[in-house]
Amino acid sequence: MYPKDLRYSSEHEWVRVEGGRVRVGITRFAADRLTDVVFVELPAAGAKVTFMQPFGVVESVKAVSDLYAPLSGTVVEVNPALVDSPEVVNSDPYGKGWMIVVQPDDLRELERLMPVDQYVVAIGEAAP
Amino acid sequence: MAITHLKRTSLYDVHRAAGARIVEFGGWEMPVQYAGIVEEHHAVRTAAGLFDVSHMGEVEIFGPGALESVQRLVTNDASRLTPGGGLYSPMCLPSGGIIDDLTVFRLHGDRFLLVVNATRTERDFLWIAEHTRAATARNRSAELALLALQGPKAETILGRLTGADLTQLAYFHLAEGMAVAGLACLVARTGYTGENGFEIACEWNAAPVLWRALMDTGGPDGLVPAGLGARDTLRLEAGYMLYGNDIDETTTPLEAPLGWTIKFEKGEFIGREALLAQKERGAVRKLVGFEMMERAVPRHGYALLAGGRPTGQVTSGTFGPWVRKSIGMGYVAREYAAVGMPLQVDIRGRPTGAKVVKLPFYRRS
Repeated sequence: MYPKDLRYSSEHEWVRVEGGRVRVGITRFAADRLTDVVFVELPAAGAKVTFMQPFGVVESVKAVSDLYAPLSGTVVEVNPALVDSPEVVNSDPYGKGWMIVVQPDDLRELERLMPVDQYVVAIGEAAP
Repeated sequence: MAITHLKRTSLYDVHRAAGARIVEFGGWEMPVQYAGIVEEHHAVRTAAGLFDVSHMGEVEIFGPGALESVQRLVTNDASRLTPGGGLYSPMCLPSGGIIDDLTVFRLHGDRFLLVVNATRTERDFLWIAEHTRAATARNRSAELALLALQGPKAETILGRLTGADLTQLAYFHLAEGMAVAGLACLVARTGYTGENGFEIACEWNAAPVLWRALMDTGGPDGLVPAGLGARDTLRLEAGYMLYGNDIDETTTPLEAPLGWTIKFEKGEFIGREALLAQKERGAVRKLVGFEMMERAVPRHGYALLAGGRPTGQVTSGTFGPWVRKSIGMGYVAREYAAVGMPLQVDIRGRPTGAKVVKLPFYRRS
C-alpha cells in the first residue's frame, strides 16, 4: 500500500528519487479518497514548482483537488498517459499513475518529507 | 447556536455495514457511494442498482377537492390521470419560479400522492397545505421508506419477489398494496437514472427487510447498492433536473427545458399568468446541455462564456461515466441556446471549449 522506498508529503504526494531527479505522484490513500480520477491537470515540462505550493489539479467524478509540490524545482517530464487514461492514478498510483518528474533545486528538501512509517501514522493506517 | 440533528433513514446501519461512505445531504446522512461512483453507475446501465431514497418526501392529498387542489398546485394536468397513473410536474410560485419538481400519482379518484424532493419537503408541505381546498394534505414522509431499483435487470429481480404481473405496470404508473418479499408496497415504474426501473415505497421500518431481499435475489444478476453520487451522474446523463442546482424559485419551467409540463389549457393554476406572459415574451435565458471539448470537468457555479463574455453559470456538471465525456447543464442567454453553439466554461481561470448539445446526453436503446 505504501512503498518503503518513497518519501511522503502531508498532502499525500509521494516522491521517488531516481538519480538526481525525483518522480512524483499521489498515494494510495489519496487515490482511494478521491476515487474514480477522471482528469489530471499538470504543468508543462519546464515549469517551476515550489515546495508545498499547488502544481496541478486532480479531478474525480465528484471533487476537485489541488496537487502540492513535494519539492521545489523544474518539471522535466509529465506523464502523457494521464491525458487519456487518468484512471491509472487509482489502479496503479505508484507506477503508471505517476504525474511529474522534477529536477530539484535542492535534494536536501527531501528531509522535510515523511518516511513511510511516519506517513502511515499520519493517515491513521499504522499497524497497531 | 442552533444545533441541527442530521436525520437517518431506517437503512443507515445497512449502508454502514455495506461499506458506504456517508455524507450530509439536505439534512440527512446518506450513502454517497459504496464501491465507487463509476462502478455503481456502470452497474445501473448494464445490470441494476439499488438506491435508498427514503429521504424523499411523500404528501398525500385526499378529499372531494383533491383534484382541484392538485390542479391549482402543479403546472401539468392531473385531470387526465386514471387511478394508478402518474406524471412529472413543477409546482410554481405566482412568479412562475419553481418551488419543487415532483411526481403526482392518482391513487384513487380523490386521493393523490405527491413524491417530492428531500430538501424541499417542509417547504412543499406548508405550501401544499396552504393551497389545498376541500381536501386534506398529509405529510407521509416519516412513515414511508423509498427504494429505487434501477437498470435493465430491475424487472427480473423484482419479479422474483412478487406474484404481481409487472408487465401490467406501465411507465409512470403505480400499483398500491403490491406484495414484495411479503411486504405491502407501493410500486411505481419510475426513476431518475434513464433506465427501466421501479421506485418501491414500504413502511419506514420495513425497508431493511425489503433491501436485503432485493440484494439477495439480485446479487447474481449484478445488482449492487448505489449511492447519491451515482444517482447524480446517472440523472445528469439522462438530462433530468436536480432541484436546487438546475431549477429553483428563481427559475421557471420555460427557462428550464420543462415547457412541456405546463398545460395552460387546463385552466387556472398558481403561476399561470406569469408563465403565460413569459411564454409570449420569450424567456431571455434558457437551460442548455453542453459537452466539453476536453476532459476538464465543468462544476456547479463555474461561469459560462459565449464569445469570451459571461452569459450564465454551470448548474450541474460531471464527467459522464457512461458517455465518457465531461458534460454539464447551465443557463445561457437565449441567443446562445441553439444546439451546436460554441460556449466556454471558465475552469480555474481558463476559458475551456464546450458546445451546446441536445438533451439528454444518454438515452437507453
